[in-house]
Amino acid sequence: MEIIELDYPAAKRLITKRAHVGVVGSGDMEILLEPSTTGGAHVSITTSVNGFREAWKSVFDRFFSKFDGAASIQINDAGATPGSVLLRLEQAAEVIEQ
Amino acid sequence: MSESTFVPAFVRRRSFIELDGRARAQSLVDEGTGKELVGPFDRIESPWLPMQGVAPQADDGCVVIKGRIAANPAVVISLEGAFQGGSIGEVSGAKMTAALDLATRDSSAGIPTAAVLLLETGGVRLQEANLGLAAIAEVIASILSLRRYAPVIAVVAGTVGCFGGMSLAAGVSSYVVMTREARLGLNGPEVIEQESGIEEFDASDRALIWAVHGGEQRVGTGLADALVEDSIDEIASAVRRYVLAGKPALHRSEQVRLYRERIAALDTSKQIDPPTLREQWGLRDSQGGAR
Amino acid sequence: MSEQVGLRGRVWFQALTGNDQPRTGDPGSVLTADAQERGETALFLCVVPNPDSRFPCVRDGQVGLEEAYALATRIREAIDDDRDKPSAEKRSIIAIIDVKSQAYGRREETAGIFLSAAASADAYASARMAGHPVISLIVGHAFSGGFLTHGYQANRILAFDDAGVTIHAMHKEAAARITRRSVPDLEHLGHHIAPMSYDVRDYAKLGTLYRLLHVNNPIEPTESEIVEVRQAIADAIDDARTGTDDLGDRLNSPAAKETRKAGRTVRTLMEEQWVAV
Repeated sequence: MEIIELDYPAAKRLITKRAHVGVVGSGDMEILLEPSTTGGAHVSITTSVNGFREAWKSVFDRFFSKFDGAASIQINDAGATPGSVLLRLEQAAEVIEQ
Repeated sequence: MSESTFVPAFVRRRSFIELDGRARAQSLVDEGTGKELVGPFDRIESPWLPMQGVAPQADDGCVVIKGRIAANPAVVISLEGAFQGGSIGEVSGAKMTAALDLATRDSSAGIPTAAVLLLETGGVRLQEANLGLAAIAEVIASILSLRRYAPVIAVVAGTVGCFGGMSLAAGVSSYVVMTREARLGLNGPEVIEQESGIEEFDASDRALIWAVHGGEQRVGTGLADALVEDSIDEIASAVRRYVLAGKPALHRSEQVRLYRERIAALDTSKQIDPPTLREQWGLRDSQGGAR
Repeated sequence: MSEQVGLRGRVWFQALTGNDQPRTGDPGSVLTADAQERGETALFLCVVPNPDSRFPCVRDGQVGLEEAYALATRIREAIDDDRDKPSAEKRSIIAIIDVKSQAYGRREETAGIFLSAAASADAYASARMAGHPVISLIVGHAFSGGFLTHGYQANRILAFDDAGVTIHAMHKEAAARITRRSVPDLEHLGHHIAPMSYDVRDYAKLGTLYRLLHVNNPIEPTESEIVEVRQAIADAIDDARTGTDDLGDRLNSPAAKETRKAGRTVRTLMEEQWVAV
């Protein structure tokens, strides 16, 4: 079990909604996305699969290269692939932009 | 002039089974009336799973939505079968019991509040063992308390089904709604094969599994009340019907003499033939046909 | 533990009621008797092994279809007999528990053992809600569906504190196999995760037990030990009569305040949010 924390201070745009997507099934994950309280974006990942910090950072670097909301993102993960993580993040982003 | 296009029912039918636990609960309350209580953003997670390297879920696999059904106050409690097999831990069990107890409080104060239980569960969460078991005993107690005032409607839709200690929760409910895909029983096929041998139950025999535990058999023997298609509309409609029907005069789990006699009449020298049991125990509906 | 499960149940049923035979019409696996406790009638119930059971999967002390419906029958008789009595005179219902598990059989599943178990739990809970003090005395094993059927609906639960008493959701061997651990590893896990433990003294930390009792040799209790256990049961009955007729007291015990914090938080929060809807 690992907890990974990432920060994206450049993501400063105010967001007002929150979103929850996903289920922590085997090979799957859930995302809780809320307005951040720190001015920038913060990510906290609780994962049952150790040793993939770089892969997670890669996914989030990519996500935040397009998304600039000051979001606090919590992930509970049971082995989702990077592709599906990105998909879920985009779903969550869509929900809060509506 | 164009002809109208015929759209077969099975194309129009929206699957209930394909929905996750939260969406299932939302589909059953009157539009605009549902509010989730102690939801994922309240972050009351299992304290025990992370200690064992298992990723928790923010709602611990149990969704509680308070709202109205057919304009009547109701609460829907939905277990997420995809998270730890819908199993009951300290938190998910506490959510169920708390919701049932609050419905009881309102009901005894003059606002009958029905409970709908979406049971997609294997029973006790092994990583929480005794707290899961204790929680299930408390859920059973709370159902028995609420059903004196308002109906408790169990829905077993599949694909996990309802097994283990939570099958007793279905057993004490006022009404049980099942799809054909769904299964309901105390012990699943693998457990029986493991404990009593493959002769007793071959867990790879799918026909046998559904002949024993499946929705059609359970409803056909009167151990469940309604057999429905995997359709949001049909399930919501069945739930509404039972909410409006109110609590039954006598609950199935109170019919001790009837079932004791039925068990006494069984020929135990061989396995019970499921179709024969349907003939012996099956109920006739008001049109005279066997269900 | 080498002694056969179910032996302690029979020993203690006999010690407390003077009886060791099933009533006419009941299966050989279910012992029930009305006996006097401090001048008051109490209904004692116990499930014991019956090697001659009609059901092949119920011959080692499992709780099956017949057992559950027999328990439910006797409890409901007591409820009916005492229906018009004032609360203080409703007889106590005392479950003596030493059960291997629920029955694992195809006949059982086909004939709806989930419902028979529910009917027994229903009867116990109905007695409790009608004002009968329901007490469980765990003298040996209390597993899973067997315990849900016979005993877990009690107002107060007592248990012996020795290694022959195990309260759990699944036997060690099966649990080890499913969690892919060795049995010693599983036992070790229980040392720091109380709900997983097979030790009854760790179970006591969960706050559902009224009292742990010590008996030197539960298979051969001395007269004075039997007197002490009777007194503990009497204390439990008195305590039950001062409490509620639901299971709410379990979450408010001192031990539960330590080990069931998350569950307690859920209740408080849900109540806050419920009234605000």
